[in-house]
Amino acid sequence: MTAAEQTAMPGPAARFVGQSVTRKEDRRLVAGHGEYVDDIVLPGLLHAAFLRSEVARATIAGLDVEAARKLPGVVAVFTWQDFDQQFGEAWHAMLGEELQVPPPLAVTDVRHVGDAIAMVVAESRYVAEDACELIEVDLDPAPPVVDYRNAAADTDNLVHGAWGFPSNAMVEVPFTPLAPDLDEAFTSADHVVEATIEQNRYLCVPMETRGIVASWSRGRDELDLVCSCQGVHETRNFFARYLRVPEANVRVTARDVGGGFGQKMFVFREECATVLASKLIGRPVKWIEDRRENLIAAPHSRNEQGHVRLALDDDGTIGAIAIDHVADVGAYPACPAVMDTQLLPGPYKIPRLGFSTAMVWTNTMGKGAYRGPWMFETTAREMAIDVAARRVGLDPVEVRRTNLLGAEDLPFTSSSGNVFQEITPRETLEQALDMLDYDAFRREQAAARADGRLLGLGASAYVEPTSMGAPTLATEGATVRVESSGKVVAFIGTTSHGQSVETTIAQIVADHLGVEYDDVTIVQADTQSTPYGPGTGGSRTAVVAGGAARQATMAVRHKVLTVAAHAMEASPLDLDIEGGVVSVRGTPVRSMSLAEVAKSAYRLADSLPPDVEAGLEATARFRPTQFPTWSNATHLCVIEIDPATCVPTIQRYIVSEDCGPMINPQVVDGQIHGGVVQGIGGVLLEDFVYDDDGNPLTTTFMDYLLPTTTEVPDIEIGHVETRSTTNPGGFKGMGEGGAIGAHAAVANAVADALAHLGIEVTRTPLGPNDIHSLLDAAGAA
Amino acid sequence: MVDVSVTVTVNGEARTGVVEPRRTLADFLREDCRLTGTHLGCEHGVCGACTAMLDGRAVRSCLVLAVQADGREVTTVEGLSDGDGPTPVQEAFRAEHGLQCGFCTPGFVVSVTALLADNPSPTDDEIREGLSGNLCRCTGYQGIIRAVRRAAEETAAVTP
Repeated sequence: MTAAEQTAMPGPAARFVGQSVTRKEDRRLVAGHGEYVDDIVLPGLLHAAFLRSEVARATIAGLDVEAARKLPGVVAVFTWQDFDQQFGEAWHAMLGEELQVPPPLAVTDVRHVGDAIAMVVAESRYVAEDACELIEVDLDPAPPVVDYRNAAADTDNLVHGAWGFPSNAMVEVPFTPLAPDLDEAFTSADHVVEATIEQNRYLCVPMETRGIVASWSRGRDELDLVCSCQGVHETRNFFARYLRVPEANVRVTARDVGGGFGQKMFVFREECATVLASKLIGRPVKWIEDRRENLIAAPHSRNEQGHVRLALDDDGTIGAIAIDHVADVGAYPACPAVMDTQLLPGPYKIPRLGFSTAMVWTNTMGKGAYRGPWMFETTAREMAIDVAARRVGLDPVEVRRTNLLGAEDLPFTSSSGNVFQEITPRETLEQALDMLDYDAFRREQAAARADGRLLGLGASAYVEPTSMGAPTLATEGATVRVESSGKVVAFIGTTSHGQSVETTIAQIVADHLGVEYDDVTIVQADTQSTPYGPGTGGSRTAVVAGGAARQATMAVRHKVLTVAAHAMEASPLDLDIEGGVVSVRGTPVRSMSLAEVAKSAYRLADSLPPDVEAGLEATARFRPTQFPTWSNATHLCVIEIDPATCVPTIQRYIVSEDCGPMINPQVVDGQIHGGVVQGIGGVLLEDFVYDDDGNPLTTTFMDYLLPTTTEVPDIEIGHVETRSTTNPGGFKGMGEGGAIGAHAAVANAVADALAHLGIEVTRTPLGPNDIHSLLDAAGAA
Repeated sequence: MVDVSVTVTVNGEARTGVVEPRRTLADFLREDCRLTGTHLGCEHGVCGACTAMLDGRAVRSCLVLAVQADGREVTTVEGLSDGDGPTPVQEAFRAEHGLQCGFCTPGFVVSVTALLADNPSPTDDEIREGLSGNLCRCTGYQGIIRAVRRAAEETAAVTP
């Protein structure tokens, strides 16, 4: 069908898109009938456990697994020698061939606490763990590199010295001005404010830990994987390369996944080991990570710092921003996702940018993606703006009003070349301030301070680059089919892990085909039946997978109308489909059900027009017209700190966001809620701590504190809807935004609560101990 | 230690197994009874994903041994409904978007069922306090708290 013909076709009605329909996922999940990886049982299934290093940096001087091998119930104990030469290439399409997943087990030395040294495979997990305790390992410790701020300068202690790397700097980019007059802007500004902003290490912590069931079939050279992952297709492609077999010999499924947040985007060393174990033993092997392993050995995130400089005029106009940025990527980064320095100016009219950046290795757990992996640009900028505003005697909110992009500033090209067209930074700020009643808040705050109370407001604004254009991420595919019964199925390349994809894609398909939502089934996360998809992440499902589903549905719709028009002796242009019935517009008595159309298409081939193929199916791949699709939001957080206990309590939390038209408002709000609470946790509760020797100190949920019902506020959300032109639905991604904006909003609220005491806040976390230290240092404790 | 024979009434049905004394109730339910709705999120008694009812009281089945449940009654998330569709609590979680990935959901559904059995009309503070032993990483608890309110209201409406 040509574009012109498609335009001429009757437009589908929006019955489901825009509605908070009940999720398709929920019926099974509320009843305990989900199918997560640990629920899989196979004949002959074995269970794996890893012996992990308790030392941050050491040479393996001795390793004796004989006692473990002799324990009844143990089937195999693997060390590096057993896996050496057993596998091929180990890279992900999205990260490139240079970034190989490290060997599945430590080779000669360990480089962080949690580094896997040996793997036991046994008839039960209990026995596998017993056997791990029988392994004798002799580690010869060396001084670890723990503090990333000094790691690049440390040439005596090298994290990857055994690989011949002469420095702990994985990447170093020298200071790069993106404006010719950057220096001049700093020299001529009324004020130059400098602050070092430091963000603590906090983690994804999906409630379902990592896990995999690997079954190698010796007769067919086939690998069947069930795994807790965010992308079955890239997992399949990875293991096809890894085992040197065609992609068709590897099947990966993930029916239900208990959260990921970026952590499960890429293949892990432990998964490689489990696959090799199944191949070497010839039986299915399951590895389910325990929570301690998840905390110490699943990818870490967020630990970055930046020295920020802002050039401001007396009226608060920001003329330039610059940063010297350092990120800790740990020993083995799963994905070296760090701050996007080009995004530092964010949604502001800041005309000049300069930056340097360094990613440094340390003897700690490696970095991975976490919901908005680049988000330190927001934390750094938003915290620095608050510091700057106070130092020059301005209200941080007014500084934002002065500098945020508004409708009249668009389109706007940032100093790093980002083009903003359909965003609403100042409009969301104003909406959020209205929701708060800003003037009333400042009056309440003044009264509270007079009473000795510590009450503060934090703001944070950001733009979110969703549906990014990295080559592997640019497209998604969908196959839509009207079955012979008239029911509809859509096969999509996504691997959802909480995003409600079965629901939202079904809403799109139902509307564009003209059928009931309940008559649409979504199939995903199965490499044998679905089109290739690079994985669910990067806030791209609504835009890219939604676009593919729409495009395939429109092609099927065209065919349904063609077949029906022929049967009804009408013009396709006079037909409409509603509730699964094709009828002549204005003459509802002339109609055919979708089942009758399907009968013609599948079983009565002679009844079809001569140029029409049998069947009712179409496949499409969709690529947005531009990258990325920008969305934006402003967050406001009100916090009161108890002066006696230093416990911060969130009184209000307000988000005003613009993700364009919402497919399902309840799902959008749910994504915002979850992201915001992750940001709240990261500032007030969650902090992954290593001691000076590289020992992790927060290895249980008694030490690594997640937010609970008693710490989270009711979150208030306002929407500004501006359509995007990158896709026909006008959608914008938004899955990561809550977690991007919340960190700075919460930190700034604490800062505002303490500001009148002369306290400046430049680092997180900000739990009661940290707040007490700040008050103590200011003589106010 | 020698294995022990245990008989537990699970969702109204007597289930017998021979278990190691160290086997947790959670593993007994998941592996021996094949009731995989009870999830393990931390195995150290904090996250609440493994919450089940033991003689009508909510317990963390990762901190109870199967031998401790011998001769007692256990209800798991699979056994809450009498077979006529979802319970009011389960229905409320659907209606209020009280779940996303669904992994913590069985523990929440069991905890909320026990909470409302003890206190059919909890205040917001009582809801928050009552659920503070269950962790969710997706929803920010917003839909969960709404679901408890809705379930309480609907249960009150049908039982005058």
